[in-house]
Amino acid sequence: MIESPHYTPEHEIFRQGVRRFIERECVPHRKEWQKALKVSRDLWSKAGDAGLLCTKLDPRFGGAGGDLYHCLIIMEEQTRACFNELAFYLHSDIIAPYIEFYGTDDQRQRYLPRMATGEITSAIAMTEPGAGSDLQAIRTRARREGDHYILDGAKTFISNAQLADIILVAAKTDPEAGGRGVSLLILETAGAKGFELGRNLRKIGCKAQDTSELFFDGVRIPAENLLGGEEGRGFYQLMQRLPEERLIMAMSAVANMECAVEEAVAYARERVVFGKPLLDYQDARFKLAECKTTVVMARAYLEDCIDRFIEGDFDARDGAMAKWWTTEKACEVIDDCLQIFGGYGYIKDYPISRRYADARLGRIAGGTNEIMKDLIGRSL
Amino acid sequence: MNPTPPVIDKRLPGTLPFLPEHETFRTMARRFLETECVPHRDEWEEAGMAPREIWRRAGDLGLLCFRQPEAYGGSGADLLYSIVLMEEQVRAGVVGPMLSLHNDVVAPYVERYGTEAQRQRILPRMASGEWIGAIAMTEPSGGSDLRGMKTRAIRDGDHYLVTGQKTFISNGACADIIVLAAQTEGGISLFLVETPGLAGFNRGEPLDKLGQWSADTSELFFQDVRIPASSLLGETEGRGFPQLMDRLVEERLMTAVGAVATMETAIAHTVAYTSDRKAFGQRVIDFQNSRFRLAEAQTEARVCKVFLERCLRKFIEGRLGADEAAMLKLRTTDLQNRIVDDCLQLHGGYGYMLEFPIARMWLDSRISRIYGGSNEIMKEIIGRGL
Repeated sequence: MIESPHYTPEHEIFRQGVRRFIERECVPHRKEWQKALKVSRDLWSKAGDAGLLCTKLDPRFGGAGGDLYHCLIIMEEQTRACFNELAFYLHSDIIAPYIEFYGTDDQRQRYLPRMATGEITSAIAMTEPGAGSDLQAIRTRARREGDHYILDGAKTFISNAQLADIILVAAKTDPEAGGRGVSLLILETAGAKGFELGRNLRKIGCKAQDTSELFFDGVRIPAENLLGGEEGRGFYQLMQRLPEERLIMAMSAVANMECAVEEAVAYARERVVFGKPLLDYQDARFKLAECKTTVVMARAYLEDCIDRFIEGDFDARDGAMAKWWTTEKACEVIDDCLQIFGGYGYIKDYPISRRYADARLGRIAGGTNEIMKDLIGRSL
Repeated sequence: MNPTPPVIDKRLPGTLPFLPEHETFRTMARRFLETECVPHRDEWEEAGMAPREIWRRAGDLGLLCFRQPEAYGGSGADLLYSIVLMEEQVRAGVVGPMLSLHNDVVAPYVERYGTEAQRQRILPRMASGEWIGAIAMTEPSGGSDLRGMKTRAIRDGDHYLVTGQKTFISNGACADIIVLAAQTEGGISLFLVETPGLAGFNRGEPLDKLGQWSADTSELFFQDVRIPASSLLGETEGRGFPQLMDRLVEERLMTAVGAVATMETAIAHTVAYTSDRKAFGQRVIDFQNSRFRLAEAQTEARVCKVFLERCLRKFIEGRLGADEAAMLKLRTTDLQNRIVDDCLQLHGGYGYMLEFPIARMWLDSRISRIYGGSNEIMKEIIGRGL
């Protein structure tokens, strides 16, 4: 079904493994994890054993040397099982690359192999109570003091933090320097004095994904944990990674709406209303035809984006377009699909209600869609 | 007023195999449209059609039936040339003469399904512009519902007797050769009707339309019209429906090419206008709302173009399904209308003035959601495949 020349039979084999893993290791625990508002710690090592982590990472550091299609496959398979919130992509394709691309050799050796096995889990902390998409306005401060940085501040909406062994923290090393004063530091959470994990926040959707507040009160981080060993590179590093992160969000959005349409079509075919299947009513059929059209277009567009990314032709503008458009369309399509289900669409046992709630995050996370339009609008 | 600004988002998102020859052709087509068509637009709109001479001129320049084999007066060109011509026609805002209808819709019927004698007789005349082509399907009582057509062709010795009425026929007022759909004993058949001196055949005045003023659209009347039996397209009766269905995919593709080109042109005009126009002490484009609307339009146009190019590639490789072509036609024409409307809004009062290209694009765009199978028909096609 995937049209790309970069998508190979090997990818399909990988897909089978991912599907099995999600069915065996995730689906049976759904209720428990959603209730706990987080997954279990051993999921990560199991995922590592099964080869689901750091698929794109250089094999020198324990990765599988794959490409973005591996990320897409995991995203599609977890979404098919209505597990939109599993954060493998966050660990593997968002956080590990920071260390792989910007870290010192020592940092790479120290963290990456253990991230690939799932021994270490990770989070990235950018957003603050007073600064979301506006990264230059962060106030968390990292002061150099001898061989250490002293970290003070607070973060919020941090995914995966409850279980994270390392957290990549964006902080100001030079508050006067605006964007150039931002640095990324690797915080090892075990026994870190002054580091406090705040509440695991209750959210509209993405229930099994923990999302937390973090507090730093004079936390001492060894200077060698400054990502890349050079201050002031954080904003640039974050900006450079954003197109790929946004493309990954687009993958999730497209997979989610595709599944929603499949489920709604299946339901409309089965469900009998006033003596005939719902799908035989023109309005339902037309709505689903529109949804299907959006999904087919989104799929073509997504694959084009991934191919361009693999070929090195995907910039910030492309990332912004892909992210806002797919996440916006996902919400529209899933809402229309939910309507097909009638009252059942409002019941949580039906995946469509979870898809609906989960999809809403896409328009906010990774830079709000308004920020995306601002970015595109600047280069008209 | 307002010469067409360059399309800003130049990068072609796909991998269509455009060659330097296509760009040479583009330059030639652009020059023809800008110097020989645009200056006469008002006069052609007044007449409700483009004059016969411009078809001849287009033929001389090789802008007609270029995809036909050389033996029939064409140059064996590929689909990409048709795309280039459509894009340039949209960009220049030249609606009539409807070259794509003649080249990409009518001529292929003759080439694909016609007898050798029919090809030899008709195609060279169409390629030179001596004959202008039209296709007559729609009737007053039936548009997209082809099977319900009432026009009849009754075999009478060496002839058929045709009686019936057609409407909304593009190029209808000027056509010399009409591909006519009619009921025959064996089902729907297509005929190649040569109109010069044809007794019992009448056409109405070009219809007064919402947009597309320089392209004639007419009613056609057939009253016991005798046409030779050799006018039957191909040699077998009753092949009309599959022939029409088979050609629709390409027609819908070309409609989408026009729709996407319209979006891109509308956005380019609007970026240019809002960059120039001031309001409340700043450029209109510097207002956040303008930028956001344009960012949305550019993104949607990009998505449409990627999808269009994927469909074109599949079509060239012979594996584009009817449902995907329907999706393409549905969504690109819907978005064409929405984007053009948003762009008009950003022009303020000037957007309502016909001297501004966006106003004409708004009028000219509306039909694309109706013709080529209305968008509701597209949803039926997609819906059946769910």
